[in-house]
Amino acid sequence: MTYIAKPKLHHPALTPNGLGYLRRDYEGSVSTLCAGCGHDSISAAIIQAAYELDLPPHRVAKLSGIGCSSKTPDYFLGNSHGFNTVHGRMPSVTTGANLANRELIYLGVSGDGDSASIGLGQFAHAIRRGVNMTYIVENNGVYGLTKGQFSATSDRGSKSKKGVVNHDAAIDMVGLALQLGATFVARSFSGDKAQLVPLIKAALRHPGPAFIDTLSPCVQFNNHAGSTKSYDYVREHNEAVNRLDVIADRKPIEVDYEPGTTISVTQHDGSVLALHKLSDHYDPTDRIAAMAYLGERQAAGEIVTGLLYVDPEPGDLHGALGTTDRPLNSLSDAELVPGQAALDRINAGLR
Amino acid sequence: MTAPLAAVNDFVVKFANVNGSGSASANSMFAKAVLRMGVPVAVRNIFPSNIQGLPTWFEVRVTEAGHLGRRGGVDMMVAMNPQTWDRDVAEIEPGGYLFYDSTKPMPASKFRDDITVVGVPLTAICNAAYTVARERQLFKNIIYVGALASLLGIEIAVIEQLLAEQFEGREKLIKANFDALHMGRDWVKDNMAPLGLQVRRADAVGDRIFIEGNQAAGLGAVYGGATVCAWYPITPSTSLAEAFTSYCQELRVDPESGKANFAIVQAEDEIASIGMVIGAGWNGARAFTATSGPGVSLMTEFIGLSYFAEIPAVIFDVQRGGPSTGMPTRTQQADLIGAAYASHGDTKHPMLLPMDPGECFTFAAQAFDLADRLQTTVFVMLDLDMGMNEWLVEPLKWDESRRMDRGKVMTYEELEAGRDFGRYLDVDGDGIPFRTYPGVHPTRGGYFTRGTSRNPYARYSEEGSVYVDNVQRLLRKFETAKTLVPAPVLTRASQPTREGVIYYGSTGPAMHEALGLFEGQGRRLDALRIRAFPFSSEVDEFLASHDRIFVVEQNRDAQLRTLLMAENGGDPDRLVPVLHFDGTPITARFIVSAITQMMDATQPPGSRPLREAAE
Ligand SMILES: Cc1ncc(C[n+]2csc(CCOP(=O)(O)OP(=O)(O)O)c2C)c(N)n1
Ligand code: SF4
Ligand SMILES: [Mg+2]
Repeated sequence: MTYIAKPKLHHPALTPNGLGYLRRDYEGSVSTLCAGCGHDSISAAIIQAAYELDLPPHRVAKLSGIGCSSKTPDYFLGNSHGFNTVHGRMPSVTTGANLANRELIYLGVSGDGDSASIGLGQFAHAIRRGVNMTYIVENNGVYGLTKGQFSATSDRGSKSKKGVVNHDAAIDMVGLALQLGATFVARSFSGDKAQLVPLIKAALRHPGPAFIDTLSPCVQFNNHAGSTKSYDYVREHNEAVNRLDVIADRKPIEVDYEPGTTISVTQHDGSVLALHKLSDHYDPTDRIAAMAYLGERQAAGEIVTGLLYVDPEPGDLHGALGTTDRPLNSLSDAELVPGQAALDRINAGLR
Repeated sequence: MTAPLAAVNDFVVKFANVNGSGSASANSMFAKAVLRMGVPVAVRNIFPSNIQGLPTWFEVRVTEAGHLGRRGGVDMMVAMNPQTWDRDVAEIEPGGYLFYDSTKPMPASKFRDDITVVGVPLTAICNAAYTVARERQLFKNIIYVGALASLLGIEIAVIEQLLAEQFEGREKLIKANFDALHMGRDWVKDNMAPLGLQVRRADAVGDRIFIEGNQAAGLGAVYGGATVCAWYPITPSTSLAEAFTSYCQELRVDPESGKANFAIVQAEDEIASIGMVIGAGWNGARAFTATSGPGVSLMTEFIGLSYFAEIPAVIFDVQRGGPSTGMPTRTQQADLIGAAYASHGDTKHPMLLPMDPGECFTFAAQAFDLADRLQTTVFVMLDLDMGMNEWLVEPLKWDESRRMDRGKVMTYEELEAGRDFGRYLDVDGDGIPFRTYPGVHPTRGGYFTRGTSRNPYARYSEEGSVYVDNVQRLLRKFETAKTLVPAPVLTRASQPTREGVIYYGSTGPAMHEALGLFEGQGRRLDALRIRAFPFSSEVDEFLASHDRIFVVEQNRDAQLRTLLMAENGGDPDRLVPVLHFDGTPITARFIVSAITQMMDATQPPGSRPLREAAE
């Protein structure tokens, strides 16, 4: 297990960011989740990431499905428009929203039940279409909201709180995302804010489908011995391949690392991802190698975390469709409605 | 011996073909040639759910009088499919004509003696002229068009003109088609006399156009300002999304940048389709999907979200024969109740009920205004008959002064000026609240959209009274909808009457023809064509002022009648269902015979003698 020095942050709560917003300007309603729920830590990380990136809160659209995890968009970015959709269908709604206005930043939050069980299809298709969004799955291996049934990411052999052993194979969302063409794929842990915050920042700046599988223990239903999604289990088996710093255009974050172990990836928007290698030979720009490595480490019982894959020059759905650079929702009558002359031509062709 | 039928500009020709044999374009050329001679036609494709090999039929009603419904009965059968020979021959009216390929001799038992048999050795003519199999098949179709033209008095020059337009710039192809056309014509000229059925040049078409409802609706969506379309293929709706796509490519590509002012996604299923539509609608774009009954079934959870969270969406439901996969290539009006109340909980949704492709165009465009204004899902209910057949309608018109009605959207300026924003607050008493587009203002106007109960300021609430207030407001909004949707069209009988008919959708043309026939018989029926749900006050007035109303529909369960009873207190005793649901388009003949029988058998309830209590 690897421990890393935390970045030095100067009382962020009280320091205005580049837009003059305080950290609390990125907060939302008070959470109603169980005390200690991993999802709350992820909300805090999202707040931190948006604050550090100087995002105008109202330019973020936050969407979710249904579940404890999907409730969380109410608990961060209170000035952003949010949409708590239906169970398992956040990806399609986000796809449509993104088509309507390509200028907003789309943050989809979902659960493992929401995205791997009922919504597996929509997850897969949003990724393969290349919707420009950050897609966070708050993965606790159970349905929290319906009181602890196994979800599709539950590992085979893991034990429920009531002692039932799961006999079904687990769906590995990171593996799927890589296979389906996500151009940014990460795994992290709600209990490791130092790792998670930069990953969310990098994902938000990534101009393509960015997926973060975030292990997020459910203290109520899946934090016992025999569970593979408990705090203890994840801490013990967590193997980070790298540590990330996001150097957004303005203010690099200082961290002390041993020299010679850092590689930089410049994203399309100019942000630089400084990756500090923790695992020898791991190259996060090599998708095939990443898939092989993950398969191997998983077989060895490790939970590999970090930035697992990034394509610094991704395409997205708008690129594929050749849509106008302007938001479709802003086009005027003159641009959309062809008028009688065009209709006359069409009429003439129908006689 | 029955005398051969004789008629000018008033008969039905039916083509029996094999799916995939290339007959469709030849048949439609035949129909268009009649149109170009100034004689209206009503055509119907009857096709199976497969791509190649099964029987298909194409019916052409030649009707100078302009009856655009299906007539029923066949005066001339063009029997090109041996598989269906027996039933095709049986369908011919006494005195009618059978046209067939006489290359192979047929036993006398295969014919009828009360019809005129017209044998043209198509295969023999073809084989003498062509060697390549595909050519033989395709040109055989053109040869029979030439032969039929000669038999029925269709001007060859008109067909030549159509061929020249179709293959513009491909001179060799035009010449080859002309040759085939002439082969058919000349063989008939040399061997036969014209038939009793004749097409004669007239001036009854005017500047009308020939267009499919799906095509018109796709074009209407362009004019309605739709920018996002998400869909999943399903007969009979597919050609609507395809028409939108091709009209967008023609009309909506920015000439300077070459970029698209639209986004079309073929989704992975109908759930994703409607999800995308709702996401786009939430974010301020006009969005729609096109589907049929099975797709609507899948969409229902989302439709409830659109209703409750108040998000604009437009769904074109091109209805086909249900339930389940039902009769996927046959027509019905059987999704009315399913659409009107789609989703769990108390929900209702406006529906527009176009009669023909002309209204498909105007209602399609209007649906987007209504969806924005009412902030909910609006259905446009087409059916296979109007969706996938070319109908003759007035040229499409657009009012240049018209602007998109984006409904109640609070702007940056209003928010900045401090105007109170409550997403679910009924500020005007019409049940319609204001919305904001995401991203509009840094600190005001943001809210959390959800399918759970919430207060007028969009804050989560499970309070009973808050919930009740909100759903009552939704009912007020539904009342408002009655004043916004297209009003019904009333056609009064020539004399005052207490009897009426209610009809809608593709039943229109057949009903109009039937009304003429009723008048001829001295039966007086006021007629109300309903064009939308919820029903406006004109519908209430019609219900109140008639003792007996025949409700004519193309479904088994009298779905519109049920809606009239449930929503407007229609009296079941006075609302008499007249139902046609075998998957073929309804005909004037059916309507007249069904209603006449009932009128002759019983008196309307108002004047009915009291039944004795026998119990
Ligand atoms: C169509 C539908 N089916 C079932 C449910 C009930 N339901 C609500 S949340 C949930 C599971 C949520 O699990 P997950 O996405 O893992 O979220 P968590 O609560 O664990 O964060 C289920 C089955 C629903 N809301 N909608
Ligand atoms: S039930 Fe589990 S997932 Fe839900 S809030 Fe409680 S701890 Fe979190
Ligand atoms: Mg879960």
